[in-house]
Amino acid sequence: MVHQRWFTPWVLVAPAAVWLVVFSAWPAINTVILSFTNAKPLGGGHFTGLQNFERALDDDQLLDALINSVVYMLVCVPLLTFLPLLLAVLVEKRLPGITFFRTAFYTPVIASAVVVAIIWGWLLSEHGMINGLMRQLEVIQEPLPFLTDRWLLLFSAISLTVWKGLGYYMIIYLSALGNVRRELHEAAAVDGAGPVRRFFHITVPGVRGTMLLVSVLISVSALRVFSELYVLSNGTGGPGGRDMSVVMLIQLYSRGFTGHLGYASALSLILLVITIGPMLLLTRLGRNS
Amino acid sequence: MREKLLRYGLLLFVLAITIGPFLLQLSTSLKGINEDIYTATPRLLPSEPTLDNYVQVMRTLPVLKYAANSLVVAAIVIVGNAVGATLAGYALARLRFRGGRLVFGAFVATLVLPEEVTIISKLVTIQSLGLADTLLGVALPGAIGMLNVLLMRTAFAAIPREMDEAAIVDGANAWQRFTRIGLPNVRGMLSVITIFAFIGAWDDFLWPLIVLTDPENLTLTVGLNYLNGTFSANPRLIAAGTMIAFIPIVIVFATLQRFFFRGVEEGAIKG
Repeated sequence: MVHQRWFTPWVLVAPAAVWLVVFSAWPAINTVILSFTNAKPLGGGHFTGLQNFERALDDDQLLDALINSVVYMLVCVPLLTFLPLLLAVLVEKRLPGITFFRTAFYTPVIASAVVVAIIWGWLLSEHGMINGLMRQLEVIQEPLPFLTDRWLLLFSAISLTVWKGLGYYMIIYLSALGNVRRELHEAAAVDGAGPVRRFFHITVPGVRGTMLLVSVLISVSALRVFSELYVLSNGTGGPGGRDMSVVMLIQLYSRGFTGHLGYASALSLILLVITIGPMLLLTRLGRNS
Repeated sequence: MREKLLRYGLLLFVLAITIGPFLLQLSTSLKGINEDIYTATPRLLPSEPTLDNYVQVMRTLPVLKYAANSLVVAAIVIVGNAVGATLAGYALARLRFRGGRLVFGAFVATLVLPEEVTIISKLVTIQSLGLADTLLGVALPGAIGMLNVLLMRTAFAAIPREMDEAAIVDGANAWQRFTRIGLPNVRGMLSVITIFAFIGAWDDFLWPLIVLTDPENLTLTVGLNYLNGTFSANPRLIAAGTMIAFIPIVIVFATLQRFFFRGVEEGAIKG
């Protein structure tokens, strides 16, 4: 059943295939090659064996970045797995004006992380509204250094990521809630089960697969965080540069006179290795259930 | 009734949390120098609204040029994805060919690769193509997204096979089947990938930050970060700058949101 010339499919696939090779496959291979060299932003490099990886083992800033990533992940995963599910349940019912609310809740997702981080940076600054409000309510006497303390800065960035992610995962859950059988809810309501019990006994089991997927997506994106920390710290990585993420380190070494593309590539491979963990977990758990 | 009130109460509470900060920023951008913005309870409505801050920020930095640059990048990315991902998606879903499964597998394999892992070598590639510090260099890598190819493939695959077979009996060639049966049936997915191509290109920060160096020729997000670092003493100007980046995308999304939410209900977005 051949009703096309043999080359037609290839012509159609060709542009995407070229992109696949030039901007995905080759860069992946080249990252591995570069990680064994001392390539600089200006000019080639020489093979230096495992030197970049040895350097990484001794790099205190990388160690901090990895600790930050783990903290980021541990806080983001539970919050962004549950809060958006609650939001999805809240906007699921077709009430008048619900489209407006769904769109509004999605707004932080479509805004650039830069815009969002600048706005929150202003709210969280020393003279910002959040410090102002807390002082007025006499929760605190002195302004809290949200943007200049090693841990407060990290948690500020985390709250920003959570705030910005709510709408994104809400939509994924909304799509999944459509598949939870309505009759189950109705039957349970007839049996006298309240909304809280129905949530835990019908909704949660009904979207368990999606929750798993969502938590993996959150883990991976927490490990890849960049813009929030970069903008909130004005590109400095906070006090002593201790609030760097792995991607910030990659960016740091990508340009200028301090640049070191070989080392940045080694860091990229380390990033790949840590993001593969959650993904493997997903396929394993997916197979069991 | 009580349940309805409770629901609307909660909806309004979440609304305040999600769009409150944007409204405050919009309000700050419209406030004149006589109005106090350093207060714990800023007024949402400026007492004397003024566009002065917008004029000022455009004088300080070539903000309009940055916006135009972002638009150029977004245009290239939108056209590239609409054409490239659609054609490839069609071939992978509807045409049988030797090596097709292998090509499909290669597209899937790229998905485990976080974008940030390859940015350094993408930078090297862009530099060796002579595109360092150019808008084309910013736009090119994202001009055909691998995920978009797979999404379009899924959309084309959902069209019943009998429609193709009937067309083949009528003597339609591959191109005619693509334009008459394929395209009209994937408009939902096509609009979803174009909306996201625009949002992605307009909002992107890390990649243009790495590629572009000339402060005269930045995209809006990179320029905004520069503004934030350089003029942090004047929050009104910065607020005006963020609104210039934020408002266009809100308009685009508000106009096209029904396509997006229809796509969601059809199950287009599953992560």
